[in-house]
Amino acid sequence: MIKKLFSRAREYKRYAFLTPLFVLLEVGTDVLLPLLMARLIDYGIDGSDLGAVWKYGLFLLGTAALALLFGVLSGRTAAVASAGFAKNLRHDIFYKVQDFSFTNIDHFSTASIVTRLTTDVTNVQNSFQMMTRIAVRAPFTLIVSFLMVLSLSPQLALIFLCIIPFLALLITVLVRRAFPLFEKVFKTYDKLNNVVQENLRGIRVVKSYVREDHETEKFATVSGEMYALNCAAEKIMAFAMPAMQLAVYAAMILISWFGARLVVGGNLSTGQLTSVFTYSMQILMSLMMVAMVLVMLTMSKASAERIAEVLDEVPDLTAPANPVREVKDGSITFHHVDFSYSKDPNKLALSGVDLDIHSGETVGILGGTGSAKSSLVQLIPRLYDVTAGSVKVGGVDVREYDLEVLRDTVAMVLQKNVLFSGTIKENLRWGDPNASDEELVRVCKLACADEFISTFPDGYDTHIEQGGSNVSGGQKQRLCIARALLKKPKILILDDSTSAVDTKTDAAIRKAFREEIPNTTKLIIAQRISSIQDADKIIVLDNGRIAATGTHEELLATNQIYQQVYYSQQKGGLE
Amino acid sequence: MAGPMHGRQGHGHGKGQGAKDPKKTLKRLMSYFKAYKGRFVVVLLCILLGALANVSASLFLKALIDDYVAPLLLQAEADFSPLLRVLTTMACIYLGGAVASFTYNRLMIGISQNILQDVRNSLFAKVQTLPVRYFDTHTHGDMMSHFTNDIDTLRQMLSQSIPQLCSSGITILAVSFAMLTTSIPLTLVVVLGVFGMLRVVGTLGSKSGKYFLAQQQSLGKANGFIEEMIHGQKVIKVFNHEETAKADFDALNEELRANATRANKFANILMPIMMNIGNLLYVVIAIVGGTLAITGVTGALTLGSIAAFLQLTRSFVNPISQVSQQMNSIIMALAGAERIFALMDEEPEPDEGTVTLVTAKYDAKGELTENDSDEHTGTWAWKIPQDDGTFSYTKLTGDVRFFDVDFGYTEEKLVLQDIYLCAEPGQKVAFVGATGAGKTTITNLINRFYDLADGKIRYDGININKIKKADLRRSLGIVLQETCLFTGSVMDNIRYGKLDASDEECIAAAQLAGADDFITRLPQGYDTLIDGEGGQLSQGQRQLLAIARAAVADPPVMILDEATSSIDTRTEAIVQRGMDGLMYGRTVFVIAHRLSTVQNSDVIMVLEQGRIIESGTHDQLISEHGKYYQLYTGAFELE
Repeated sequence: MIKKLFSRAREYKRYAFLTPLFVLLEVGTDVLLPLLMARLIDYGIDGSDLGAVWKYGLFLLGTAALALLFGVLSGRTAAVASAGFAKNLRHDIFYKVQDFSFTNIDHFSTASIVTRLTTDVTNVQNSFQMMTRIAVRAPFTLIVSFLMVLSLSPQLALIFLCIIPFLALLITVLVRRAFPLFEKVFKTYDKLNNVVQENLRGIRVVKSYVREDHETEKFATVSGEMYALNCAAEKIMAFAMPAMQLAVYAAMILISWFGARLVVGGNLSTGQLTSVFTYSMQILMSLMMVAMVLVMLTMSKASAERIAEVLDEVPDLTAPANPVREVKDGSITFHHVDFSYSKDPNKLALSGVDLDIHSGETVGILGGTGSAKSSLVQLIPRLYDVTAGSVKVGGVDVREYDLEVLRDTVAMVLQKNVLFSGTIKENLRWGDPNASDEELVRVCKLACADEFISTFPDGYDTHIEQGGSNVSGGQKQRLCIARALLKKPKILILDDSTSAVDTKTDAAIRKAFREEIPNTTKLIIAQRISSIQDADKIIVLDNGRIAATGTHEELLATNQIYQQVYYSQQKGGLE
Repeated sequence: MAGPMHGRQGHGHGKGQGAKDPKKTLKRLMSYFKAYKGRFVVVLLCILLGALANVSASLFLKALIDDYVAPLLLQAEADFSPLLRVLTTMACIYLGGAVASFTYNRLMIGISQNILQDVRNSLFAKVQTLPVRYFDTHTHGDMMSHFTNDIDTLRQMLSQSIPQLCSSGITILAVSFAMLTTSIPLTLVVVLGVFGMLRVVGTLGSKSGKYFLAQQQSLGKANGFIEEMIHGQKVIKVFNHEETAKADFDALNEELRANATRANKFANILMPIMMNIGNLLYVVIAIVGGTLAITGVTGALTLGSIAAFLQLTRSFVNPISQVSQQMNSIIMALAGAERIFALMDEEPEPDEGTVTLVTAKYDAKGELTENDSDEHTGTWAWKIPQDDGTFSYTKLTGDVRFFDVDFGYTEEKLVLQDIYLCAEPGQKVAFVGATGAGKTTITNLINRFYDLADGKIRYDGININKIKKADLRRSLGIVLQETCLFTGSVMDNIRYGKLDASDEECIAAAQLAGADDFITRLPQGYDTLIDGEGGQLSQGQRQLLAIARAAVADPPVMILDEATSSIDTRTEAIVQRGMDGLMYGRTVFVIAHRLSTVQNSDVIMVLEQGRIIESGTHDQLISEHGKYYQLYTGAFELE
C-alpha cells in the first residue's frame, strides 16, 4: 500500500533513494568498526604494540568520521524526503478533493476527509521515514554483521542460522495477530473523535436535556473499547522484544561455549571472540529494529489504505471531450429528468421532471419538507448528474459545458451556506476576485447587505469568524446572496436563501433583482408564499414530482397543495 | 440565530508552545501513576532486573575471557567444567532478564493505557461541566485537538518515553558502577566524553525541540485551514473557487513541509552524531587503556578488562543516545499535557442551587407530596429544602417572571436591559424582533446558560438561582434552530429526549411532531442510521426530529427557538397542532421570524435592541398600530 503511495514522492524521490544509499554506506562503515576494534585489541593491546594501537585507532576514527558523515547525510535526506512526501500526499489529497463532485463529497464525511489529510498523512510520513532509514539499515546491518561473524568463525555463525528463522517466524505470527486489532483501534479512534465532535457541536442540546452523564457514559464506552483493543494489540506485540532478547542471549551463551572451545583449539583469537560478541549485539539491535518497523508499518497500513481510498475515488462527473465554453442565455430545460443520489432507479429523489424556463424569467419553487426542491436546482449547475433524461442550459446539455464556465454562469446560493474566516470583502470576492470596492458595495446594496455592513465599525473590512458565527443568520444569508451576485450570473438560484430575512427586506431584494438584473433567470426556493407570489411561474413540487406549474393566481385557483400552503400562512391574518 | 457576538479565538492558539512549567506538569502527570502504585513498583523492579541482566551480559565478557577462556589456554588438559557452570548461571540471569522485561512491558501497557483512559474520560467529563460561555470562546478545532493530538503525544510519552527513561537511567547507573569497579581512570575518560555528548544533545536538542514546536504550529494552522475548507467544500465548488483554495493550501502545506524537514533533520542527525561520539570515545579508551596496560602504569588493567570496558562504553553510550531520541516526544508531550491540565483546571459551571424537581401527587389530605412510585403523575413539583431539614413542595406551573433583568455577553455591552416579563402558566409567549434584539438571550437566561448581570428571574415564585441547574433544565424542553443530531438511529435520536422511552413513546412523539411521515418513508424507517451532520436528511426533516426529541421528553415548559424555520408552512401547521395538544395547559416560549408561527400566541413580545417595546395578543398589537403592526403589514424591516 505504501509502495503505491510512494510514487507520489515525485521531486523528493531522489532524496528517498539517496537515503537508503547513504544508510548503506553508513552501515558499511559502521560494521567495519568492530573489525578494526578487534584488530586494535589483537595487534595493539594483545601484542603490546602502542604503534598498532595508534594505527588502528586513527583508522577507526577515520571510519567513524565517514560513518558520521553518511549518518548525517542520510538523516538529512530522510527528513527532506519524508516531509516532502507528506507534503505531496496532502497536496494530492487536497487537489483530489477539489475535483470531487457533490456525490463524491457525500460519499466521505467531512470529518473523515479531514482525518485523512491530517492524522493519516502524519502516520504514513513517519513510517515512510522509518522505511527509508531503518527498514534498510536493520536488515542490512543484520546481513553484514552475520557475514562478519561468518568470516570470523563459520562455526559460530551456524548458531545464528538456527536462531534467526525461528525469530522470523515468531514475528510474522505476532504481526499477523496484531494487525487486525490495530485496524480496529483506528476505527475506534474515528468513533471516539466523532463522539467528541458531536458533543462539542451539540453542547447546548446536551446541556438543555441534562445529558452530560449520558454523553460521558457514551464516551467512556468508546474509550473503554479503545483501551481494551489497544491493550490487546500491544500485549501481543509485547512478546516480541523479550522473545528476541531470549533468542539472542541464548546465542551468546552458545557462542561463549563454542567460542571458548575454538579459542582453546587455537582456531579463534580472544579479540576475534570479542568482535563476534559485538556483532551479536548488532544482530540483536537490528532484530529489535525490524520488529519496531513492523509494528509501525502495521499501524500505518490502515492509514495508507484510508488515504488511497480518497486518491482512488473517481470523480463521477466526467468532463466532455470538446467542452462548450459559452453559455448563450439563461434558459433552462428539464427533459424527462429522473434523479437519484445513489444512482439507483428504484430510489428516485426526482422522477419525470419536465420544465421549460425562459431566459430572464423569475421562477418560484415551493414544496413540502423533503419534496426534493434542492435536488431539482442542484442539477442546473451540474452539482449532480441526472440519472435519466437531460438538463439543458442555454439550449445545451449541461454535460456538454466546461464545468467552470457553467458554474460561473449559474450562481447558486446554497441552503446550507458557509462563510469563511476573513474579512467581508474577502468573502465577497469569492464571487469575483477582481471586483472593485464600488462593485462590492453595489451588489451589497442589491442584496440589502450594505445597510448592516455599514453599521459595523470596520465596515467591509469586518472580520468574519469561521463559519460566519459572528453575524446573524439573516445577515449571513444576505452576504451569501451578494457573493453570488458578484459573479454576474445568467442564472441565479436561491435555495431557501432568505428564510432568516424578514418579509420587507425579502421584498426589497426581490424588487432589486427585478429592476437591476432583469435579464438574469432567477430561481427562488422559498417557504414563504410572499417570496414567490410575484414570480412569472411557480412550480409546486410534491414528493419528487412536479405537482403543478403556474402563476400565483392560477395555482391558488387550481392547486390544492398551494392553497393549503397559502392559507396556512394567512391563518390568523384572516381570522 | 447566531451565538453571542464576542470574539472567538483563532486557530492553533496554544499550540506550538512549549510547556511553561514542565516540572509541575511532569509532577502532575506522575500523580496519575499513584492509582497503579503497586504495579508501577513491580515495573520499576523489573526494569531494574532487566537492566542488571543487561549489564551483567557486558561484565560477563570480562570474566569470560579473563577468568575462563584465558586460563584454559594455560591448562595442559582444558577443563571446561568451570566455564559450563558460569554459562549456566548466565543463562539463568539472561532468562530472568527476559522474563523481567516481558513482565514490565505487559504491566506498563496496562498502566499507560489505563492512565490514558483516565485522562481521556476525566477530560471529557470535565468538558461536560464547562459553562456555555467557554464553548463560545473556544473553537471546536482547538478543543478537539486536546482529545487527539495532545492525548496522542501523551500516549507516546507514557508507553515509550517513560519506560525508556527508567530503563536507560538504571542501565546508566549500573554500567557506571561496573565501569568504576573496572577502572577509575578510564571511567574518567568516559565521563569527559559523556559531558561532550550532553552538550551536543543540549544544543541540537533545543534546536530540534524548537523546530518540532514550529512544526506543530504549522500543522495546527494547516489543519484549521483544511477543516474550514473541507467543511465548505460545496460552496467552493459552486463558486469555482478550487484554484484559489489550492493556492492557499499550497502555501500552508509548503510552510509545514519546511518546518517538518527542519525538525526531522535535527532529530535524525542526533543519533549518528551520538553513535559516533561513542565510537570516538571507544577509540580514545582503547588508546588510553592500551597505553596504560602496555606501560603498566596502573598494573591492574588486564587485556580482558580493556575488552570488557570497551563493551561497557558501548552499553553506556547506547542508553544516552536512546534518551536523547526521546527528547522531542517528551517536549511535545509535556506541552500537550499542560494544555490538557489547563482545560481540566477550567472553572466548571457553578451550581449553587438546592431546589430539585420531582414528580408529585396530592395525598389524602389534598397536600402536594413527592410521588414515590415510578408511575408518571403528570404533576411536577419543586422540592425546596427548609432550614429545619424538611422539605416543602411547590407545584410546577410554568410561571416565569423577569424583574428588571439586565444582561450582556461581555461587560461592556448590555444585550438586554430592564426586561420585565411575565409568562403565566399555560400561556404561549412569543418573542418577535430583529436578530440581535435579544430573543434567544432571554431563553438562554431562563435555562441559565448565562447568568444575569442584574435583576432577578422567578420560576413559580422561586429564584431560579436556587434551583439546581440540572433540574431547571429538565423542566424546560428546548428546540434550537441549529439542530444537532447524534450518530445513531432515528429512534436513538428521538429517545435522546427521554432515555427510558419505549419505542411506542418515541413513535408517538414523532407523530406528534409530524415527523412520522417522512421517517416511515426512510429506507429503514426508525432504524435508519444517521450521522451527526444528518447528511441524508433535509434541514426541515432535521428540525422535525429535534421537535420529536423534545416532545418525547414531555417537559412542563417548552422553548421553541426558531424551531420550524426550515419547515414548510403546511407541515408547520401540522406540527403546531400536535405541539399545542401536547403543551395544553403548559407554558410555551416561541421565537420565530415568521409571524404566522406566533400569531396564535397568548402574549407576543416585541423586542428591540434588548428592550421589550410592545406586548399583547396579536389582535391587541395590530390594533395598537405600533411596531408589530408595521412588521405585520411589511412596513417595517425586521432584520
